[in-house]
Amino acid sequence: MKRFAFLALVSTILLVLSGLAGAQEIALNGAGATFPFPVYSQWAFKYAQLTGVKINYQAIGSGGGIAQIKAKTVDFGGTDEPLKPEDLKESGLAQFPMVMGGVVPIVNLSGLGANQLRLDAETLAGIFLGKITRWNDPAIQKLNPEIKLPEVAITVAHRTDGSGTTYIFTHYLSQVSPEWKEKVGTGKAVKWLAKASVGGKGNAGVAGQVQSIAGAIGYVEYAYAFQNKIPTVKLQNKAGKFVEPNLETFQAAAAHADWEKAPPGFGLMLTHQPGEASWPIVGATWILMHKNQPEADKAKALLKFFDWCYKNGDKMAKELHYVPLPDNLVKMVEAYWTKEIKAKGKPVWP
Amino acid sequence: MKTRPPWGRKLLNLSVCLWAGISASLGLVALFWIITTVVIKGFRAFDFHFFTALPTPPGVPGGGVANAILGTAVLTALATLAAVPIGMLAGIFLGEFGQDAKIADFSRFAANVLMGMPSIIIGVFAYGLLVVPMGSFSGYAGAFALAVIMLPVVSRTTEDMVRLVPNTLRESALALGAPRWRVTLGIVFRAAKSGLLTGVLLAVARVSGETAPLLFIALNSPYWLTSLAKPTPNLTVTIFDYAMSPYADWQQKAWGASLLITLGILAVTVMTRWTLREKKS
Amino acid sequence: MALGGRYLQGGLGGHPPHDGQRMKKVLTLPTALETSPDFARIGVRKKPFPKADPFFRGLTASCAVLVPLLIAAIFSELLHYSLPAFKKFGLSFLISQEWNPVTGQFGAASSIFGTLVSTFIAMIIAVPLSLAIALFLVELAPPKLSRAVGTMIELLAAIPSIIYGMWGLFVFAPLMARYVQPVLGHYLGVLPLFQGPPLGIGMLTAGIILAVMILPFISAVTRDVFQLVPPVVKESAFGLGATTWEVTFKVTIPYGLVGIIGACFLGLGRALGETMAVTFVIGNSHRISASLFAPGNSIASALANEFTEATEPLYISSLIALGLILFVITWTVQVISQILLRRMYRAWSVGL
Repeated sequence: MKRFAFLALVSTILLVLSGLAGAQEIALNGAGATFPFPVYSQWAFKYAQLTGVKINYQAIGSGGGIAQIKAKTVDFGGTDEPLKPEDLKESGLAQFPMVMGGVVPIVNLSGLGANQLRLDAETLAGIFLGKITRWNDPAIQKLNPEIKLPEVAITVAHRTDGSGTTYIFTHYLSQVSPEWKEKVGTGKAVKWLAKASVGGKGNAGVAGQVQSIAGAIGYVEYAYAFQNKIPTVKLQNKAGKFVEPNLETFQAAAAHADWEKAPPGFGLMLTHQPGEASWPIVGATWILMHKNQPEADKAKALLKFFDWCYKNGDKMAKELHYVPLPDNLVKMVEAYWTKEIKAKGKPVWP
Repeated sequence: MKTRPPWGRKLLNLSVCLWAGISASLGLVALFWIITTVVIKGFRAFDFHFFTALPTPPGVPGGGVANAILGTAVLTALATLAAVPIGMLAGIFLGEFGQDAKIADFSRFAANVLMGMPSIIIGVFAYGLLVVPMGSFSGYAGAFALAVIMLPVVSRTTEDMVRLVPNTLRESALALGAPRWRVTLGIVFRAAKSGLLTGVLLAVARVSGETAPLLFIALNSPYWLTSLAKPTPNLTVTIFDYAMSPYADWQQKAWGASLLITLGILAVTVMTRWTLREKKS
Repeated sequence: MALGGRYLQGGLGGHPPHDGQRMKKVLTLPTALETSPDFARIGVRKKPFPKADPFFRGLTASCAVLVPLLIAAIFSELLHYSLPAFKKFGLSFLISQEWNPVTGQFGAASSIFGTLVSTFIAMIIAVPLSLAIALFLVELAPPKLSRAVGTMIELLAAIPSIIYGMWGLFVFAPLMARYVQPVLGHYLGVLPLFQGPPLGIGMLTAGIILAVMILPFISAVTRDVFQLVPPVVKESAFGLGATTWEVTFKVTIPYGLVGIIGACFLGLGRALGETMAVTFVIGNSHRISASLFAPGNSIASALANEFTEATEPLYISSLIALGLILFVITWTVQVISQILLRRMYRAWSVGL
């Protein structure tokens, strides 16, 4: 009895101490999109090694990121669906882009390697609408005369969580397929019409599903396909050319973005861009922070991290085929910080 | 009366007994299959880094789940601290004072029902009760959810152990003039000590493998536990995150963590059942 | 002193005290010692904490009451948070298949369907197996083997749910996809139950894994039931020349039917609420499908997958409404199970 009480007392003291210790150290919490998780986690890891400041980013999906930052349970949120200016104003949030990347369809067909299969807007929409159900459907075969497509059923892998990647993907499909726009629409979570469909949690979940199910097709941010060597497909872009997903085609699409014309909060969608070398499904991913920061130190530490990523993270991003922001955009973003993000009325940055 | 030829009845009997043997074997096959899978796949993940290092981003070697191991230990300890005193007091009531009282019957019934409740519902309960008002995912909320799961288990085992203490012991103490509370806490408790400890261990084993109540309560974290009022690293959610990912090295770590948890729980379970059986006989 | 006389056990008859027998409160008259005038001179010590006993009893009672209070608290909190969803959708929430976070239309039908179907499959597989295992352990196996095998079956219950999920996703589902489902689809593909691509994950796989998970619960309680049947009854049947199976089927099972059904309800309750194993292998699709090979979802898996990402209050409320439905279903099943099991234990403690 006495021993038990003693142990209980000691452990409680330790826990209370640890709770107090936690108050001192700067650990910044963020949550949100799985789209940029591969590059955010590398950046945070490197930054912690260099400065000791720990950035804890939980990839729970854009929907979760938006919910958490609005509820103030995290210091910053990550989303691939940009919030509209009215929404930003109402919730008192600042929004700025961090990095750009490509969303790519991935497939699991035995014998098919990366970028061998060709799909166009119509077949892609048809597959995800559930109209095309077998791989050797004439519509797909027509685009790929040199491949003997097997008689295998198509299983569509989609996101189960509120996903910015889904938003980017469905935004593109709504642009190129009137039927998709009418029947499904754009959103972080939509009603998937394909009968044979499975859901995965996060980009990682969808990648995992496609890896394990023969005949599956899914959509993920490119880094997930690249890191796990899952075969991607060629898509037909606005200019009519079939392009492969890689850093160059993503950059080509991103170059067409006119950030000057972006609404407050930089909510610019980059899908279906013109240009012969452009990848059709490119998107930016944004960070959400409260405009009115309770603690200036924490806010400054966070902005310092983001600034470091802009200035030093290019190489790491490009290795994973993410497109870093162009310099002029970085300047615009940092000016936005000075204007919008304040603690006790005074700007936090620089 | 319908008579069957004797060989018909014997045949039926034989086939049923065969089926019974096959069923038992199927159960054993399932057990060994799962355990060997976990051991084989998990062992590959065991190395020095696994136990001592923090998680690294996917593809970066040398990562580990050390923070998750510590986090699970702390969460479980905190839950135990909360659930054991209350559960034991409840069990004492049921065992010592509770034979007649309607309240005791009601509580016993409720404890059994609570034990069968899905742990994810208890997670939702903790979410509404603690995460929303506190404004953050936290280890406290996670420990609370785990404590709610542990409570009826501790109460039940305490009651069983307290009942096993012979009445002669109580009566001799009472006859010597000791007040009832002294008798219970000093004498009965001491007599049932090892059984009570076993019950606590069983509850701990049960709760250390729980994932659902922590998924959206304590979340997870790739850093060392510094504050329980923030997302807390833990093994089970780590397994969930890593297993659902497409990264081979993360999946391997998920197996390693699975092996760790399974070993711990099975060891405790086997030990406690052996002790309990000795006590009951 | 006076207190010591109050608790006698089993009445004042000449029975020697048994362990575990009830202690009844009996009023005793003060002894001669206490009424004698010398008593005061002896100087009996007063009890140091006169109020301690009622306080202690009250303390333990309130801890015991905490348990049912918790259940009530869970129910009321779930109800409170799910009201917005029920207000918006009304009772059609229960039968609507829509689950569209974009338009804000939610319906519980696919989740309820998935929960019920996966549980149904699990019960169909687990109940006959459990009865057979209990038969094996009680009637057929020699005591040492019975104890060993019984312990090992019980260990199945100790394995955490997430381990079942891991094993299901990485080992069992691929086996289903490669060997079992194609065969079933080939021979039984006429039935809509077995149509569709062999994904490996899906309703059937989830049901089978659930069956393995609830097997130890049903078989352990059934084994207890079989053991509680008085040997006298069984032996009379054996004496009449009945085979083991006939004794079990015609004597043991009818005798213990209430308990066996209680055991089944116990397993049912567990299967309904199982989360992690199902989440890993059910495929997470909000769709009702006739095929066992198809992916679906259950209430528990929907909660596990979507709770962290639900943004709009209506989405969260709908998810919690799902939780409320699950709570009500499992609570009902658990209560029925407990009533049945109690009835059995009570009936048999009275004696044959």
